[in-house]
Amino acid sequence: MQNGESDVLNQFHQGNADAFETLFHQHQRAVYCWILRITRNPAASEDVTIETFWRIYSAHARFEPERGFEGWARRIATRAALDWLRARRTESEFSTEMLAEVAAPVEADPAVTAETRIRTAMAFARLPAKLRIAATLAVIEEQPQKDVAAALGISIAAVKLRVFRALRLLRKDLEKQGITP
Amino acid sequence: MNKDDQNRMKKLLQQALPPVKGDSEQRRDLWPAVLRRLDARPAAPALTGWAGFNSAWFDGALAVGLFGLAAFFPASIPLLLYYL
Repeated sequence: MQNGESDVLNQFHQGNADAFETLFHQHQRAVYCWILRITRNPAASEDVTIETFWRIYSAHARFEPERGFEGWARRIATRAALDWLRARRTESEFSTEMLAEVAAPVEADPAVTAETRIRTAMAFARLPAKLRIAATLAVIEEQPQKDVAAALGISIAAVKLRVFRALRLLRKDLEKQGITP
Repeated sequence: MNKDDQNRMKKLLQQALPPVKGDSEQRRDLWPAVLRRLDARPAAPALTGWAGFNSAWFDGALAVGLFGLAAFFPASIPLLLYYL
């Protein structure tokens, strides 16, 4: 870590507002993109990013400068996005535009019908938030499992378990609807 | 569910919900909104959360409780792992 960067992190730890602003401008895009991967909703991702940086500033005294900012911020962002997922009703999960996107993705497999894709997306939205977030990051976004584990504050084994449970519940839901994956 | 089933489910899920673009830009500058948020809800004092409740103390007590449960009732370990 360079001296200048280290100074900013130490100043932020002390509660310096200028250091916080510097860190905000350095990391806001990465934080926003990470949250967007989880929520898949640009407007909500902006709100959750604001909430995340509020939480980050609130927790400045607990920040450990020697451990770096990015991973810590990502963990807080993941928690804020999880809270957003939990607060959101499943029925309102998909707008008309999102359903249209699900029905006709850019690289669609012709063997999978639009209806199957929509039903799968809706069944996925009904999963418990903590399983959904693990499956979203590890399976859909194909993020390394160690990054997902760090962001969720759990072990890699726990990530694998959550993904397995998410896929199993998803399959059960689809089978109830007469869809055999 | 075996490995093949898992792979089929993963492919179906990726078909239903393609990954979002990782290089997306937000549509507006969020700094003014962050400042407004900080003004509206000043930062909480360090290490104390809701109503002065010390979360570090609670986390420690919870960890000791769970460890004790696992030590005295090993059969509860799979259940604890399930709810991780």
